[in-house]
Amino acid sequence: MKIKTISRSADDYVPVKSTQESQLPRNLDPALHPFERAREYTRALNATKMERMFAKPFVGQMGHGHRDGVYVIAKNYNVLNKLATASADGIVKYWNMGTREELASFRAHYGLVTGLCVTPQHLSGSKNSNQMLSCGDDRTVKLWSVNSDDFAHTDEANVNNGDGLLKTFRGEFAFQGIDHHRTKANFVTGGAKIQLWDLNRSRPLEDLSWGADNVSTVKFNQNEGDVLASAGSDNSIVLYDLRTNSATQKIIHSMRVNNMCWNPMEPFNFAVASEDHNAYYYDMRNMSRALHVFKDHVSAVMDVDFSPTGDEIVTGSYDKTIRIYQVKHGHSRELYHTKRMQHVFQVKYTMDSKYIVSGSDDGNVRLWRAKAWERSSVKSMREKNKLEYDEKLKERFKFMPEIRRISRHRHAPKVVKKAQEIKQVELNSIKRRETNERRTRRDMEFVPERKKQIVGFVHEYKNRKDESKTNDSDEE
Amino acid sequence: MSKGLKSQPVVKKRDNIEKFERNNALSKNSQYRKTKDKKLKAGLKRIDQKYKNAVSSAASTEYLLPETRGFLEAEDEMEKTFKVTQAEIKDAVDVSTAQNALNLKLKEFGPYHINYSRNGRNLLICGRKGHVASMDWRKGELRAELHLNETCHAATYLQNEQYFAVAQKKYAFIYDHEGIELHRLKQHIEVTQMEFLPYHYLLATAGRSGFLKYQDVTTGQLVAELRTKLGPTLAMTQNPWNAIVHLGHSNGTVTLWAPNMPTPLARLLSARGPVTGVAIDRQGYYMATTGADKSMKIWDIRNFRELHNLENLPTPGSGVTISDTGVLALSRGPHVTLWKGALSSAKSSRPYFGSSGLADRNTPYMTHLFAGNKVTNMQFVPFEDLLGVGHSGGVTNLIVPGAGEANYDALEINPFETAKQRQEQEVRTLLNKLPADSISLDPDMIGTVEKRASSARLTARDLAEITTQKERDLKNNKDIPAVKPETKSKNSGLRAFLRKKNQNVIDERKLRVEKQLEKEKAARQRKELVKRGEQAEDHKDLVSEALSRFS
Repeated sequence: MKIKTISRSADDYVPVKSTQESQLPRNLDPALHPFERAREYTRALNATKMERMFAKPFVGQMGHGHRDGVYVIAKNYNVLNKLATASADGIVKYWNMGTREELASFRAHYGLVTGLCVTPQHLSGSKNSNQMLSCGDDRTVKLWSVNSDDFAHTDEANVNNGDGLLKTFRGEFAFQGIDHHRTKANFVTGGAKIQLWDLNRSRPLEDLSWGADNVSTVKFNQNEGDVLASAGSDNSIVLYDLRTNSATQKIIHSMRVNNMCWNPMEPFNFAVASEDHNAYYYDMRNMSRALHVFKDHVSAVMDVDFSPTGDEIVTGSYDKTIRIYQVKHGHSRELYHTKRMQHVFQVKYTMDSKYIVSGSDDGNVRLWRAKAWERSSVKSMREKNKLEYDEKLKERFKFMPEIRRISRHRHAPKVVKKAQEIKQVELNSIKRRETNERRTRRDMEFVPERKKQIVGFVHEYKNRKDESKTNDSDEE
Repeated sequence: MSKGLKSQPVVKKRDNIEKFERNNALSKNSQYRKTKDKKLKAGLKRIDQKYKNAVSSAASTEYLLPETRGFLEAEDEMEKTFKVTQAEIKDAVDVSTAQNALNLKLKEFGPYHINYSRNGRNLLICGRKGHVASMDWRKGELRAELHLNETCHAATYLQNEQYFAVAQKKYAFIYDHEGIELHRLKQHIEVTQMEFLPYHYLLATAGRSGFLKYQDVTTGQLVAELRTKLGPTLAMTQNPWNAIVHLGHSNGTVTLWAPNMPTPLARLLSARGPVTGVAIDRQGYYMATTGADKSMKIWDIRNFRELHNLENLPTPGSGVTISDTGVLALSRGPHVTLWKGALSSAKSSRPYFGSSGLADRNTPYMTHLFAGNKVTNMQFVPFEDLLGVGHSGGVTNLIVPGAGEANYDALEINPFETAKQRQEQEVRTLLNKLPADSISLDPDMIGTVEKRASSARLTARDLAEITTQKERDLKNNKDIPAVKPETKSKNSGLRAFLRKKNQNVIDERKLRVEKQLEKEKAARQRKELVKRGEQAEDHKDLVSEALSRFS
């Protein structure tokens, strides 16, 4: 007779010394793990609740902010913790985001500062120094050095009257927007005309204007540096190519485009913030339709910015809220607001994609977390693993009704809530009217939501289906 | 070459992969092959691939398991495993195993009911005459000992050995590890059977009252009180896979209960007399029952099919239990008989008491006789090759090689856990506590699409059609009786309809009915006039017609 029984020696399983870790043998046989699914769901539910408990999006504000509304914010693409802001009273400030302290402050322009950008690192000489360009209503573009050696006394007056000023470019009209080329020493300015400048010359190199209207924003593509886009008061979005010194495409929106941003990871795509409460995502190769429409705001979208990872965008709106969208989803995943924040004119992601900076009418520059529940503290391996596991669980069960309800719930200001309701009623009535009309007009064309905002474009896009049709007709 | 680049990472096909497959696997019905939506298809394919990888890598870890299962094998045809006595086994096995064959001789307060804690470290014994003791049986340390001076029917540990519940003469009580009375569960009256559902933190009790009651031990709420309507409950067990409670009744039925249903989920007629014992295997596939009519039945409870039916046992069975590896133990008076491989639909797996000279027969694996002592209950010791038996002469552990799960999962249940680990595990399980109303026959239901729901079953167009159809019906008064001018007024369907409704409730439908009645009346009068010849058949009252638009 052969006999064997399970005989576990305690020596193998129980640690001998107190410093020793105890053995934790695993057995992945599903029979030993009943209610696997249900327990996982419970964990996902708990993780979702924890996420909402930890959601504290507001980090703080930069120093004491500005005395007037902050209408321009510029990122430094080369450094993680620096930021430039400018306000309506002509003051430009340079900040250290880590300490949230002011590094430099200039009385830059008489009247509104309308454009600001930090020049690329390789053009500013040494590694530690930075330069920035500002433009204003006073028909000047100014080049500033924000190297701390150039201005020693910032303490008492708190405002520098030109210590950091390196150069002034004079124009014939009030400038409206400015952006610097990623590699070359060129920059463009908007305004009555769109002009190309060289940092080393005092006169503009080129006039790129197409039409006669005011250009309010210009943006260089950060990857394909010679491509730039502009938006102006004629509700147009225009694309230019500096290699041929010409505009390539122009589309007209039904309402004004306030701002735009190129996708840093997919350089042919860009997002625009529109006055019609939506943000749109376009492919520059085919602008006959938007790739996505980002809805949810209840007032004009003033600014839009891409996360450096290219998969999320942040929008600031005249309805005093900030929203974060995933590029693949049409509705916002996050809504930020405070009682004191007024109309948001500027929102920018920081270069590590972890934070968002907002500038608003009330003169404060606010710092927010991009993921409201995330903390930047140093985490132990165990904590990290737990967070990653929770993230996966939330992803897996995100469509469960309870979990979806908890994770989607946000407190919106009463005004916004009310406006949402009113807007819904309005939209419904428009829709109803359209269906009523459609009932009597069978030939009425159906316009997809992604094309509704487009009034026209200069160069027609050939639709493949149309093409084949015309070919057929030619043969006949 | 491009094909090689495109193809998914190859999942190695392993022999043991079936063990790690989940029943609700996507790949089994390959839903994604049918979908036309490319994006959805790609997503489903990715999920499927992930699942396959997970299964494959889980299967690949199996050979790393440190322990192997025990066995008792005959070396030649003349040897029979059921002839081996406990004394012989004790001589053959190593010292530590032999020491585990506990034998407590407790003559005074018996018969004894036993319960092992979930990790098998602690033993709770409960003598009918009020002797309750909780002990670390391997170390021989007594944790709590109580003399309650009243009849005690059953005792069970709760989530760990820190708490236990005892079913006493009138009420059930909860004690802590030192034996201090914490709670008197006064809603649980005359309890004889108790089960603790560890993942839901529910204490389920049944007894002479015929009620099945669920008490949440974390919040102290009575979650459900289910009236069985079948008299005293004689046998009770839980399905460890889906936390459904099975009750055995005196009319021979076994009923399946969940706390969110006032009626049983299923009723199985399992014996011609009272049911005396019910047991379910750990994956919730098979159930074994014994009846006072000398029968034992084995069921497949996934589809409620009877697999084997043993009638005419020598004496009626008093209880059954099934081990983690599928060893079936049956107690009849002082006898304990065990079969291996009885849980299968194959004819060769049908348990028999003797071979009768036939080759292909499932003869008992082992047998044991407690001479002069009746067995009250049995429980296989978790993760050990032992069968704990409570009987009228005390408590005995029988060595049953091959009965226990050799490899435990320390993050699930850890027999060697320290106090700290136990505390942490308790917190973790409390956080993952499952709601009582989630108990259902299929534990993996959650997170799946309910196919019966109209929103899943029908397309958007169908749904819209149904709603518009309903609206149209309302508009055309299809939901109320039709207007019939030819019937007499008192026979009108509309009038009868109105009579049926509450007199004092005025709703939209009632208004419509009244309007229709008026219409009917007018038509009837007109018909009468035509009949009497006072009005032409094609008479039109131009004035009323013109004014009718304002009514």
